[in-house]
Amino acid sequence: MADLLRRVAEQADPEAFRELFQTYGPRVKAYMMRQGADAATAEDLAQETLLSVWRRASLYVADRGSVATWIFAIARNVRIDRLRREVAWQELPEGRPEQPSGETLPDEVLSAKERQARVRTALSQLPPEQHQVVTLSYLDGLSHGEIAARLGLPLGTVKSRMRIAYQRIRAALEDLQ
Amino acid sequence: MTITHHLDDATLMSFAAGALPGALAAVAAAHASMCLRCRRELAMLETVGGALLADLPATPSAQFDPRRMVPAGAAQPHPFAAAGDREIPRPVAGLVSGGLDSVPWRWLGPGVWDHLLPHAGLGRLRLLRVARGRNIPEHGHGGMELTLVLRGSFHDDTGRYRRGDVAELDETMAHQPVADAGGDCICLVASEKPEHFSGLIARQWQRLRRI
Repeated sequence: MADLLRRVAEQADPEAFRELFQTYGPRVKAYMMRQGADAATAEDLAQETLLSVWRRASLYVADRGSVATWIFAIARNVRIDRLRREVAWQELPEGRPEQPSGETLPDEVLSAKERQARVRTALSQLPPEQHQVVTLSYLDGLSHGEIAARLGLPLGTVKSRMRIAYQRIRAALEDLQ
Repeated sequence: MTITHHLDDATLMSFAAGALPGALAAVAAAHASMCLRCRRELAMLETVGGALLADLPATPSAQFDPRRMVPAGAAQPHPFAAAGDREIPRPVAGLVSGGLDSVPWRWLGPGVWDHLLPHAGLGRLRLLRVARGRNIPEHGHGGMELTLVLRGSFHDDTGRYRRGDVAELDETMAHQPVADAGGDCICLVASEKPEHFSGLIARQWQRLRRI
């Protein structure tokens, strides 16, 4: 995927972009529908997200994360901007990675692809109640309070499930220490 | 600048997911712009989004249309990416023109002022200024609240909060922060739910009358 994106960035290669589109367009559309968009709106937002991928291809830096992660961040910001009509306060992971001041953190010795694979495995191994709060947050866009209301749980329970899930994912990236 | 109070893990995750209500997200972004540790954590948490996106079942989508494509490589980096060591963190710099010394403060009570920052999103975002030695009023009425120190410092029973530190409260916590001597303390404060200023002013006067 990173190679396809490089061909888009360096050669404006439409065939490389077509492949990227075929992989991510339908997934970004599914993401937008999970967030409450109807099919036509989700299609528009998926097109807009992928158009942004095309335009921003030269800003993608493989060291900062996988292609899927970068496209997720773009889709997330498009969704906040268009569906919620709010300011997308999150920066996109673009540009040169910041130089660590001295130490290299354990997760940075892994390639973006390897990190993605480990996170995916860690996600699949989460207990269902932790996996649920993570997906309600990432895929349904629900705040802590909204998740608590949806599941009929105290706010503190939602937050603690999320913290434990986070710690497990972090641990999956740190076991090379 | 040494930051010792960071965003809570659950807050970071919600922010990376794009699920934090607008005002809270503004403060989270402001803190992250000052805090390398939290920027790193956010980068890791975005990987979770990438993994979940890649595993979503594909919903049939229109084909790529080359005619819609403009030449690649014309994009500018995100506007927040411009570096700068200003007193107002760059994500919210556009909301505060002229710097912290020219904010048109609204008097809330003895030694307490605020200034609302308009933003398109859920929750209330504002600057809060508290005179040295004064209690920082409790202003949340349910919901979560994030307080980022921009100038001066305050302390409560969880420690001392200096520039860049963020305090996170929810309705289950009671606290009594006090602005430190050495100058007014100015914070960027986001509340998930609107507060009732009349109640705040009333409590300030109650406090004054007891003195």
